[in-house]
Amino acid sequence: MRVNMTVNGRPYEADDVWEGESLLYVLRERLGLPGSKNACEQGECGSCTVRLDGVPVCACLVAAGQAEGREVVTVEGLADHARQRSVTRAAEAAGAVRPAEPEADQPGEPEADPSTGPGPSRPGQVVGAPLAPVQQAFIDAGAVQCGFCTPGLLVAADELLERNPEPSDADIREALSGNLCRCTGYEKILDAVRLAAARTGEGA
Amino acid sequence: MAADRTLNAPTGVAADRTASAPTSLTQATGAPRGTVGESAPRPDGTLKVTGEFAYSSDLWHEDMLWGFTLRSPHAHAAIRSIDTAAALALPGVYAVMTHDDLPAGTHYGLEIRDQPVLAKDRVRYHGEPVAIVAADHPETARRAAARIAVEYEELPLVVGEATATAPDAPLLHPGRRDHHASHVPHPNIVHRQPIRRGDVPAARARADVVVRRDYEVGMQDQAFLGPESGLAVPAEDGGVDLYIATQWLHVDRDQLAPVLGLPADKVRLTLSGVGGAFGAREDLSMQAHACLLALRTGRPVKIVYNRYESFFGHVHRHPAKLTYEHGAARDGTLLYVQCRIVLDGGAYASSSPAVVGNAASLSIGPYVVENVDVEAVALYSNNPPCGAMRGFGAVQACFAYEAQMDAVAAELGLDPVEFRQRNAMSQGATMPTGQVVDSPAPVAELLRRVKALPMPPERAWETAGGPVDVRALPGGLSNTTHGEAVVRGVGYAVGIKNVGFSEGFDDYSTARIRLEVIGGEPVALVHTAMAEVGQGGVTVHTQIARTELGVDRVTLHPADTRVGSAGSTSASRQTYMTGGAVKHACEAVRAEVLRRGRERFGASHPGWAEPERLRLADGKVVTDGGEVIGDLAGILGDGAIDLEREFRHRPTEPFDLRTGQGFGHVQYSFCAHRAVVEVDTELGLVKVVELAAAQDVGKAINPLSVVGQIHGGSTQGLGLAVMEEIVVSADGARVRNPSFTDYLIPTILDTPAMPVEVLELADDHAPYGLRGVGEAPTLSSTPAVVAAIRAATGFPLRRVPVRPEHLTQLTHLTHPAGG
Ligand code: FES
Ligand code: FES
Repeated sequence: MRVNMTVNGRPYEADDVWEGESLLYVLRERLGLPGSKNACEQGECGSCTVRLDGVPVCACLVAAGQAEGREVVTVEGLADHARQRSVTRAAEAAGAVRPAEPEADQPGEPEADPSTGPGPSRPGQVVGAPLAPVQQAFIDAGAVQCGFCTPGLLVAADELLERNPEPSDADIREALSGNLCRCTGYEKILDAVRLAAARTGEGA
Repeated sequence: MAADRTLNAPTGVAADRTASAPTSLTQATGAPRGTVGESAPRPDGTLKVTGEFAYSSDLWHEDMLWGFTLRSPHAHAAIRSIDTAAALALPGVYAVMTHDDLPAGTHYGLEIRDQPVLAKDRVRYHGEPVAIVAADHPETARRAAARIAVEYEELPLVVGEATATAPDAPLLHPGRRDHHASHVPHPNIVHRQPIRRGDVPAARARADVVVRRDYEVGMQDQAFLGPESGLAVPAEDGGVDLYIATQWLHVDRDQLAPVLGLPADKVRLTLSGVGGAFGAREDLSMQAHACLLALRTGRPVKIVYNRYESFFGHVHRHPAKLTYEHGAARDGTLLYVQCRIVLDGGAYASSSPAVVGNAASLSIGPYVVENVDVEAVALYSNNPPCGAMRGFGAVQACFAYEAQMDAVAAELGLDPVEFRQRNAMSQGATMPTGQVVDSPAPVAELLRRVKALPMPPERAWETAGGPVDVRALPGGLSNTTHGEAVVRGVGYAVGIKNVGFSEGFDDYSTARIRLEVIGGEPVALVHTAMAEVGQGGVTVHTQIARTELGVDRVTLHPADTRVGSAGSTSASRQTYMTGGAVKHACEAVRAEVLRRGRERFGASHPGWAEPERLRLADGKVVTDGGEVIGDLAGILGDGAIDLEREFRHRPTEPFDLRTGQGFGHVQYSFCAHRAVVEVDTELGLVKVVELAAAQDVGKAINPLSVVGQIHGGSTQGLGLAVMEEIVVSADGARVRNPSFTDYLIPTILDTPAMPVEVLELADDHAPYGLRGVGEAPTLSSTPAVVAAIRAATGFPLRRVPVRPEHLTQLTHLTHPAGG
């Protein structure tokens, strides 16, 4: 079958999709978007978390056909999504709609430069592109070790902060309880979400 | 497949993913710097938060096929026949291979090559690989595998010590000729290590208090999140390139080459993104299968396990049965320890011999005991193969000896922390192996520190005047209690772990450093084969290069087999060993910089004559008086310095096979925990409220990463204490819970606040004085949590994981397998 959907604001079309394929499989294997992860493929780990029409879902539990005509946001589109949101909110606050403007570079971690070193470069890497606050906070707080849980956690944490900009620790734990991490013991993940909330609060 | 892949995605995105898997990482100018001792950010951090970091399961190649493994449904059976015709007939299937199709070597293994690449005429555990398939869609490969007809005849099972060593026991590996075969008491025992010191019978006669108890540790899974996966690409020279998530590229290669019938230089491995390891990637999983299918079909082959298969795809932590007897004098002095540790190694040896050595040599914990009688063995059985997991033999022992320490203290009427401190080892102490501990061993101090931390507030679920916050209670949002019958308990534990490979192993690591001027600025390239599995070794390498070479920009070359071995990312060894190799190679590069500088500019300043008083900083050559006498860019000009160096830790010795005596370990690492739990005593539900740790790390090369390791290790220990166990059916030795639905690991709701105290007492034998960090916190966390539950409930709790049914009045020590 053919499946059409909008992913990170761009239209995508996938052909010859077998009915049993999950949204996760189509994103990863057919659309070239492997950022969403596949740690369990049975709805237990949250590593595949994406937004489907705004709602966080486990992409491994969504049949590809169910995404037909819908909007998907993955970790690859999270920075854009957060930028759009802050622009929209600023515009709402100002009572007018203005076009998006690029934000100043965030402080933080050095970028990988695909142009140096042996081996072919990675495509799609935008050096110096600003990250979503929650992405930057994960780096700064040490919330990333192997990073396999990170994409799903970021999508879930960003969604939490979208609806609850000042979450308590108990709120954070509740919102992230569907996302397993085997490396960090979650302490630094809590730190990161607190940090993102604090920074966003300051910036607002 | 490539054609129907996508219409709208930017062209080339997917196709390039393979080659770009080994991402080169450069620290860009203007970014925050990090030298040794600073919390430098991860060089792969941005890629990991944007989803662009390529894990081994993300790889893609033009024309790629998908591999799938058919596994045995039986734990022990003879294979009578295999018919692959129906599988081969399925459209989209390119190859089906069984044992008979193997081109060269048929077995592999880390220490003993006893594991078949594909089962021949016998399967020895549930889930053993029997056949492999390559097809153009993963589902086609799965369906083809289901069409392979295998005729089995079930055989009697070996499932524990009694069945393994019975007179008529079926032998797992009849006719074995490995180097342990001659000294074991039975061919179903992989390895046996006794440790004898002093005079236990005489000490027993003097003891005022004797405590003898049995303990049991369930089978824990590493449960890394990134599944076993990789991509094998056949090369034009007849060789193969494998992009893989592993812990040790070179030992993978050394096991693969004989199986593929290729010289080692035609089996080229490159590290792909690794989603955690914890020991589970020490053994081969899909590596040989993917390479075999790629060479057979002439097409790239990708294999990705799903979570179900992952539970069968790697070894687990050895389940253990332990018997301990401690004797003490009335004044609180430990007089002797006698213990026996039986580890179930499952069907194949994996790293069981080394796990036995660790369990035996670390069996009495970080205490001074003059009279010791220890025996540790690992069995061959039809249970799932067990091998490396974080803590490696020391975890099982720590659960038992720390429970004993509490029990002896109770018998003596002493405070459990004080009793531990009275017997704690310190620098200069002698291990039961006769080895003198020749670097700091601040065991009593670590206990003092965790004990001195403030206690978490009581009854945190009570809100000022408001309703009860059930999220702070055992059972959480299940709303099972509002505080009734909830009892708090506090427990302590401390452990000892070795760092680095032991028992005379030639443990070394290699690093290549290239220093050159790029764009007017000196840049260091660090090339090692170290497996970055999440631990942050890549960050450490940039910090060391910056510190030693005084440069700002550091590039990390992808880890591959084109440089010498880095050894394994295990045994808490990589910062010590590959960090040490990077330091060592940087020192050689620095010496060459100074030699070239002296050659060209020696006449201009007398400082050049004394290179030992010069250092490199901020791209300059600086005297110990702080005077700048040259700059790197000027000295290097167009010439690069490119040097590869090996680093070894001081040699160790094997343990004597009868007495266990020997200088077996290179370094020891210590961590102490205090656990605070609240237990709903009616339902047996446990909430760990706080898990505090204190650890000596020698030198925190990256403090943020150090604390992250302690948090992660503590949490895995918590998992073993209260939830994690692979349940193997007693009747069929079949794995009953191979999923994250049934095998539970701690979520963010199960994991408490974890205050950490870090001590830095330098070990003068180690680079920068550092001490391996990763494993020690996994040891003491389990017994601390269980001690706290004992304190809350009064139940003896001799088995982990502790389950609700162990905490109600109904049952003690029930076996969850229900067998
Ligand atoms: S991969 Fe979807 S929940 Fe685990
Ligand atoms: S699973 Fe490795 S960082 Fe979370």
